[in-house]
Amino acid sequence: MKLVSISAFEIAQKVRGGELKASQVTQEALAQIRKVDGIPGSLLPYQVSAEEERKVHAFIQVTEEMALAQAKKVDEAVANGEDPGMLAGVPISIKDIFCVEGTTTTAASRFLENFEAPYTATSVQKLIDAGGVILGKVNLDEFTFGSSTESSAYQPSTNNPWNTEHVPGGSSGGSAASVAAEETALSLGTDTGGSIRQPAAFCGVVGLKPTYGRISRLGLIAFSSSLDCPGPISRDVRDAALMLQAMAGQDPKDSTSSVRPVGNYLQALEQDVRGLRIGLSPDYEAVYYPDLETGEIHREPIQKEVHDAVLRAAEVLAKAGAEIVENVPMPNTRYGIPVYFVVSRIEAASNLHRFDGVKYGYRTKSEVRNLEELYRRTRAEGFGPEPKLRILMGMYLSAAGYSSDYYQHALKVRAMIRRDFDRVFDPIGEFSLDAMLTPTTAATAFKRKDVFGDSLLMQYSDQMTVASNHAGVPAVTIPAGLDDGGLPIGIQLIGNDFCEDMILRIGRAFEQKTQDDAWRKVRPQALGGEVQA
Amino acid sequence: MKDYEVIIGLETHIQLNTVTKIFCSCKADSWEDEPNTNICPVCSGLPGVLPVLNEEAVRKGAALAAAMHAEINPESRFDRKNYFYPDLPKGYQITQFDQPIGKGGYLDLKMPDGQTRHVRIHKLHLEEDAGKTKIEHGTRLVDFNRCGVPLVEMVTEPDLRSGDEAAQYLIQLRQLLRWIGVSEADMERGHLRCDANVSIRERGSEVLNTKTEIKNVNSIDAVRQAIGEEAKRQIELVESGGIVKSYTLDWDADRGKLTMMRSKESEADYRYFRDPDLLPVILSDEEINAIVEALPELPMERRARFVEEYELSDYDAEILTNERSLSDYYEDAVRAYPGEAKTVANWIMNDLSRMLNDLGKTANQLVLKPAALAEIIQLVDEGKINAATGKSILKKVEQSGKNPAQIVLDEGLGLIADSDALRVQIEAILSASPDEVVNYKAGKESLLGWFVGQVMRASGGKADPKRTRELLIELLNK
Repeated sequence: MKLVSISAFEIAQKVRGGELKASQVTQEALAQIRKVDGIPGSLLPYQVSAEEERKVHAFIQVTEEMALAQAKKVDEAVANGEDPGMLAGVPISIKDIFCVEGTTTTAASRFLENFEAPYTATSVQKLIDAGGVILGKVNLDEFTFGSSTESSAYQPSTNNPWNTEHVPGGSSGGSAASVAAEETALSLGTDTGGSIRQPAAFCGVVGLKPTYGRISRLGLIAFSSSLDCPGPISRDVRDAALMLQAMAGQDPKDSTSSVRPVGNYLQALEQDVRGLRIGLSPDYEAVYYPDLETGEIHREPIQKEVHDAVLRAAEVLAKAGAEIVENVPMPNTRYGIPVYFVVSRIEAASNLHRFDGVKYGYRTKSEVRNLEELYRRTRAEGFGPEPKLRILMGMYLSAAGYSSDYYQHALKVRAMIRRDFDRVFDPIGEFSLDAMLTPTTAATAFKRKDVFGDSLLMQYSDQMTVASNHAGVPAVTIPAGLDDGGLPIGIQLIGNDFCEDMILRIGRAFEQKTQDDAWRKVRPQALGGEVQA
Repeated sequence: MKDYEVIIGLETHIQLNTVTKIFCSCKADSWEDEPNTNICPVCSGLPGVLPVLNEEAVRKGAALAAAMHAEINPESRFDRKNYFYPDLPKGYQITQFDQPIGKGGYLDLKMPDGQTRHVRIHKLHLEEDAGKTKIEHGTRLVDFNRCGVPLVEMVTEPDLRSGDEAAQYLIQLRQLLRWIGVSEADMERGHLRCDANVSIRERGSEVLNTKTEIKNVNSIDAVRQAIGEEAKRQIELVESGGIVKSYTLDWDADRGKLTMMRSKESEADYRYFRDPDLLPVILSDEEINAIVEALPELPMERRARFVEEYELSDYDAEILTNERSLSDYYEDAVRAYPGEAKTVANWIMNDLSRMLNDLGKTANQLVLKPAALAEIIQLVDEGKINAATGKSILKKVEQSGKNPAQIVLDEGLGLIADSDALRVQIEAILSASPDEVVNYKAGKESLLGWFVGQVMRASGGKADPKRTRELLIELLNK
C-alpha cells in the first residue's frame, strides 16, 4: 500500500516503532502534491488548461523545506531512542487562516499577501510538538467567508477531488480536498458555521468541530470569535480522534479555552454503541429559507439520497445495539442561519477593523490626501467582495438603533437554539440522548459557479451544521455513501458539551460496521477513480 | 448682566500602576522608553491574537471604585468600541460599556473656604489605552507603547461649579489615587488625564444647557484657567445674543488659549458590542470584601479622626493627611511617643518635612523610623538634650542609622544636668565676675540671665538651662 493512503494512526505507529522514516512519508506526500495538486492558488493570472481543470489545487503554499526539517527531527528523535510524539511523521496541511511562523499567512485574501506572522498558532504548535509534519498552507474562502472556497483571492481555487467540476465545499475546502486526494493524512480546519463539516462531507472525509473552547483559537485569524472552532479533518474517525488528542486543552493565551481535563479519545473508540440513545429529528429533514422578494419562508426537503443515508446509518447503529429515538424536536434549528447572519457579521466586521493598511498587509499604492482616503482605498482594493458584503452587513446590524432590533434579538434566539440541545441531552430529561444523528449537508457538492455569487443561497447550505456552532456543542461528519452522481454524502453526529469521545465512538462504530460496503471501494477522480456521468 | 453659574463635569482617565498591560504581558509604563519597544503581537493588534485579562488591573479598578464609594459590580463585562484611528491597532478599543466595574460613587470636595461640594460619579469603568501618533516632517508616526495600558475612565456628574472646584477635584483625586496606591497619578506623565465639559446657566435655573468639551486640560492650573476662560467666553457670547454650540475645544497651555477642534454635531457611532474574546469578570462576595477591607483609611476620614483623636487643628490635620506615607509616619510616631500628639505634629511639619524636602524622599523611605523620632522628642522632653541638639540628631540618625541615645552618648551631646559638674563651672564663672555678683546681690536680678548665658557658653551649650538657673540662684544667694 502507498504511504500516502495509510492512516495517520498507522504512520505514527510505524514511525515511532522505527519501521518507517518520517522523511520518507514526507517525500511521498510531497510527490503526491506535485502529482495531483497542479499550480498553487495565487494572485497572479493563470492559464485555464484542461489539465489544470482536473487538478485539486488545495495548496496555496507548500512548505517543503520546513516539512523536511521537521521530518528529520522526528527521525533523529527515533534514532536517539526518544518518543517524537503521537503524530510522529504524520503529514498535515494547515488551512491558511492559522498563523505559522516561517510561512506567509494569507487568509486567502489579497490583504495579507505578504503577511508573515511572528508567532505560531497554539493548535499548530501542538501538532508540531507531537511530531506532526507541516506540508503547507491550503486554500479557503477569503477570511473563511464562504462555503465553496471559490471566494478565495488565490485562484484557481480548490476543486473537489471526487469530481473536479464540483466545489470541495468551504470554507475549509483546501483542507478537505487535500485529505481526500491523499496529499496529506490530516488537515487543520476551522468551523464557524459548518466550515469543517460541510467540505469534509463534500469531499468524503471525516471532519470534527469540537466543543467551543476545546481547542485554542490563538493564532486563528478571527471570523466570528464566539463561533470559531479549530478542528481536525482526516480520512477516518480514529485519525480525527488522534489529531484532537494532540490539540485539545486549555491555553492560557485564550481566555475562552476550557479548563476541563481532556478525555482519552482513542480509548473511547474501543467501546461499542450498545445501549446508547441516538436521536433523529424531523427538523433536519428540510432547509428553510426566505423568498428574497416576498420574505415568505420556503421549505425545501433535503436531497433524498442524503436523507436515505441518515436512515441507513440509523439502521446500522440500531443493529449494533444503539437505541434510535425518532421524532426528536429541534424546533429552533431553522433559525440557525438568520441568527448566524446577524451574530457572525457583527463580529466579523469588528474583527476586520484591524486591516487598515497602517501596520501590516495591503496598503493602497495610490496617492492619498488624508487618513480617511487611506482607509477607504486600502480596504476597497484589499478586500474581495465576500468580506466587503460581511463588513457592510455587520456595520449595519450593529449600528446604534439597529443593534437592539437585530443583535440583541439574535442573541435571544441563539439561546433558544442552545436550549434545544440542552433538552435532548439532559440525562434525566425526556430524551436523554447520547447523540443526534443528522445529515451534514442538505445536498452533495454543488457544481463550481452554480451557487457562487448568490451569497444568500450559499449561506443556507450551512443550515444542518450551524446550530451546533450557536450551541457550542461538538459535531462530527462521517462519510456515509455516494449519491447517484458519485459524490460523497456525509452524516453528522452531534453530542453534548465536551462529549467528543461519545460522537467519535459512535462514528467509529458506524465506520467499522460499514467497512465492507461497496461505496467504500470507489476512488475519487483525482486518485484515478472513474467519474460517473 | 445676568447672574450666571458655571456647570462642570470632568472626564478623567487614570492610568493604573500595574506592572504589565491589561491584556498582555508587556511592561505597562513606557515613560521615556523608545517608541514601539514595549509591544507584542497582542497589543499591536496582529491577526489571530487574543486578549488575556490582567487580574491586577481588575483588583486596582475595583479598589478605586470602593474608594470612590461606588458599588463594585459582582459581574462586569468588556465590550468593543469600534472606530478607525492609526493609534488603535485592532480598530476597536476594549472597554466596558453597560456593565462596568463600578456603579455610582462620589467624592466630597473640601474647599479651602470650608465648604463641601458633593460630586457624584456618573461612570467608572476599566479600559485599555490607545497608542500615540504625531506628524513629523509631513510623516505620521505611530507609537504603540501605550496600547493596552490599563486605564480607569471616571466621569463625574455635572456637579462642579467653578474652575477652582474642578482643580480641587483633581487635587483630591490625585491624592486619593496615590493614597490607595492604584496610580502614580502624575499628570505630567499622563497618568491622570482630564477633559472638562463646561456649560453655563442663569443661577437658580435647573436646565442643563449645551456644553462644550475642553480636551487636554492636563494640569491643575490648566483646569482652573481653561474652565475660567471658557465660562467667560460662553457668558460673553450669550450676553451678546449668541448661542453656545457643541464644540470640542483644545487647551493650549503655553498660550493660555482655547482653540476649536471640531464641531460635535454628529456623534460617532462606536457600534458597541460584547467582546467575545473575553469572559465576564466575576467577583465573589469574598473577593469584593477582601478588596474593600484591604483599602486603607481614606484621607478625608483620617483627617477628621486626627482632629478628633489627636486634637490637631484643621490645618495640621490637613497637612498630615496630604500624603499617605507621611500620614502613616506621623501616626506611628505618635504611637511610640508618650507625650502629646501635637508635639509630634510640630516636629514633623517643621523639621522632618524640611529634611524630606532636602533629601527628596518620602517618609516611608527614611532611615529615621517613627520610633526614633519619638525617642528624640522624648530626650528633649526629659531634658537630656536641648531642642537644637534634637534637631541635629534627626539628620545624624538618618545618615548613620544609629539610634538617637547612642549618638547622644557617643558624641557627648547630653546636657550637663549633673549638679556637681555644673556647680564647679558656675563657681568658676562667679569668681571670674565679681562685679556682676555684687550688682546682682545689690538687687539687679536681671543679671541672672547673663549668668545663665555665661554658663551655657562655657559648657558649649550642653548645660541644662533649667538646672543651671536653679544652681545659680542657690549659689548667688549664699
